Amino acid sequence: MPVSLNSVLQVLIFLVLVLLITKPMGLYLTRVFGGNHTWLSPVFVPIERLFYRLSGINPEEEQKWTGYVIAMLVFSVAGMLLLYVIERTQQWHGPLFNPQNFGPVEERLAFNTAASFTTNTNWQNYTGEQTMSYLTQMMGLVFHQFVSAATGIVLAVALTRGLARRSAQTLGNFWVDLTRAILYILLPISIMGALVYVSQGMIQNFNPYTVVHTLDGQTQLIAQGPVASMEIIKNLGTNGGGFFNANSAHPFENPNAFTNLIIMLTILTIPAGLFYMFGKMVGNTRQGWVLWAASAVLLIIGLAVIIPAEQSGNPLLAKVGANQHLSDTQAGGNMEGKEVRFGITDSGLFATITTDTSCGCVNSFHDSYTPLGGLVPLTNIALGEIVFGGTGSGLYGMLMFAIIAVFIAGLMVGRTPEYLGKKIERKEIMMAALALLILPASILGFSAVASVVPFGVSQLTNAGPHGLSEILYAYTSANGNNGSAFAGLSGNTPFYNWTLGFAMLIGRFAFLIPILAFGGSLVKKRVVPAGLGTFPTTGPLFVGLLIGVILIVGALTYFPAYALGPIVEHLLMQAGRTF
Amino acid sequence: MNTFMNKYIRPAIVLTVLLTVLTGLIYPGIVTALAQLIFPYQANGSLHTVNGKVIGSDLIGQYWTSPRYFHGRPSATLSAATGSPAPYSADNSSASNLGPTSAALIQTVQQRITQLRKENPNAPTGPVPVDLVTASGSGLDPDISVAAALYQVPRIASERGLSKDAVRQLIMNHVQGRFLGIFGEPYVNVLDLNLSLDTLK
Repeated sequence: MPVSLNSVLQVLIFLVLVLLITKPMGLYLTRVFGGNHTWLSPVFVPIERLFYRLSGINPEEEQKWTGYVIAMLVFSVAGMLLLYVIERTQQWHGPLFNPQNFGPVEERLAFNTAASFTTNTNWQNYTGEQTMSYLTQMMGLVFHQFVSAATGIVLAVALTRGLARRSAQTLGNFWVDLTRAILYILLPISIMGALVYVSQGMIQNFNPYTVVHTLDGQTQLIAQGPVASMEIIKNLGTNGGGFFNANSAHPFENPNAFTNLIIMLTILTIPAGLFYMFGKMVGNTRQGWVLWAASAVLLIIGLAVIIPAEQSGNPLLAKVGANQHLSDTQAGGNMEGKEVRFGITDSGLFATITTDTSCGCVNSFHDSYTPLGGLVPLTNIALGEIVFGGTGSGLYGMLMFAIIAVFIAGLMVGRTPEYLGKKIERKEIMMAALALLILPASILGFSAVASVVPFGVSQLTNAGPHGLSEILYAYTSANGNNGSAFAGLSGNTPFYNWTLGFAMLIGRFAFLIPILAFGGSLVKKRVVPAGLGTFPTTGPLFVGLLIGVILIVGALTYFPAYALGPIVEHLLMQAGRTF
Repeated sequence: MNTFMNKYIRPAIVLTVLLTVLTGLIYPGIVTALAQLIFPYQANGSLHTVNGKVIGSDLIGQYWTSPRYFHGRPSATLSAATGSPAPYSADNSSASNLGPTSAALIQTVQQRITQLRKENPNAPTGPVPVDLVTASGSGLDPDISVAAALYQVPRIASERGLSKDAVRQLIMNHVQGRFLGIFGEPYVNVLDLNLSLDTLK
């Protein structure tokens, strides 16, 4: 296989680092959402109390699942409207916060962007450095990167409470959980992380763009802005929306291999920690490690496809005289859309992680990947971003698969399925199945329409099967709230702004409501002691079953579409066809 | 209705305002103040000054055309004003987004290879380093692989009247290794290399 020893080493060390982060982060999350004292409490308790007093929130009062959902929805609507207004009033942002004097964002693009950042998607139909004022980037977009991440986290916490509590009614208080997620988790890590990033060369200023005259006699205009403060929360909150169009491929947004490593780790920190927190809260950390192990296996499967595919390069480029061989002096491989400082391994690893989770930031451009290389991010998102997954959405998505897995195991042995001592009955299975079916129905439905109507296909950069891949990727990414793209598709048209915007809202909220209903139903149940017929959910057998269910459900749903896109393109590429 | 107002609408609106001020103004404000205080060079774009004039950023690639300088990678950026190709437009970063079976991609790479061979008549024949003929992800890649720098040695040596060994040695002195010897890939920063080339006699 065309993979270097260094490549394997990088991946292994990275996985060990994720492993080391999981428990401390998980314990901290458990303390924060248990309402316990943390080392930051002296600073933040007064701020927390002030927030509750001003908002009229009684922090002692808990909500049923319906109250929790309504609070989440009302809060999301308020934030979405605010972002729309900020985007539409850029002409008044003033010289400090809008030195390039950008005008208001066009209405449909403003709607799409507001939906995108409210739903933690961060799909970007615009070029950041040519469209958004510094104020929009900070107050509009960064605010949502904090609150949409916090929303995901607290919904996962609420669902976990549903599984952990016995014969109870309530799942927690949305406002309290949200405030604590931001104050105790996201904000402190962001302040420290942003400064580390600046030390490495990420920029953080309010300067107008800089004009330089180069040694070669060229004039260059260099974009500036408050980048580092956005970069950290963009990844920590698995948001993915970058300051610049080139996202984390831009040298100011990801200057070197060290920042690249920190970015990849911050993406996985909270999702991995939430798995541990889940185990801790339900009283058996092995329940969390099982989910972690299934994720790690799926992550490695993705890497085992993407890195060799990209390292092998593009046979069509080899034919016209490009040297793609790995050697002492070059990384080689398929370098279109990739940066030299990251090469193949750090690009492939990044692409896998950013789509295993709902992050969607990119340090290389997926549209230019080889067909099989590009299939990995596409599949990762389509499976529901449950490989560690997004902040919160990873845990609740993975738990839905776990429920389906115990249900199937129950059918095989002919017993009522149980999970964590709670009987899984008709209502729970319906809710889990509904949550897992909404996503493919929306992805494949929208893609089918866009691939036949003229205003769908007219926006493609690439013809042939790759064009279909671009459309599939767009709706997969929007529904999965990922936000990465096969960016050859020009999405800034009325058709794509509307349809992708609605796909993002469906992917977020139509997915969340059945999940919380599921939590609300489980929280009322008694716990039955495990008997002889109980299927154990802590061992390697369950890991295997869970992975099997994830892959089979995914494969059956998407294989026909993928056969017409990336798979046929791979065969045609090998045969030397171009489009 | 009144309870809905108190239980949902008021907390949603007030918390949105409070969190907007906290995460949208106070947080970036604190980070900017600390960044400007502790790391002013990095925070303002690692701008490189020669004789009091800013000649570029250490981190942002430039468009090199003179045969006397090492060249960087192809760039797919467009002019923000006109929308026509303008390599290394540092206010409008972008990749080509051409797919692997795109005829446009294959033709473009073929043309670049022909052009490269014309510009480097004494370079070794055979396949050329891939990063020299493919567009980067940002369109602003400041680096090239060691192989891509070595490929240009004969041209630089003859243009500048230097020995090939001296140029090769210069490249080797400017190779940036992997982080901790493990992460990322070795590379040469083109601006860094060209600045030191100008000091060679």
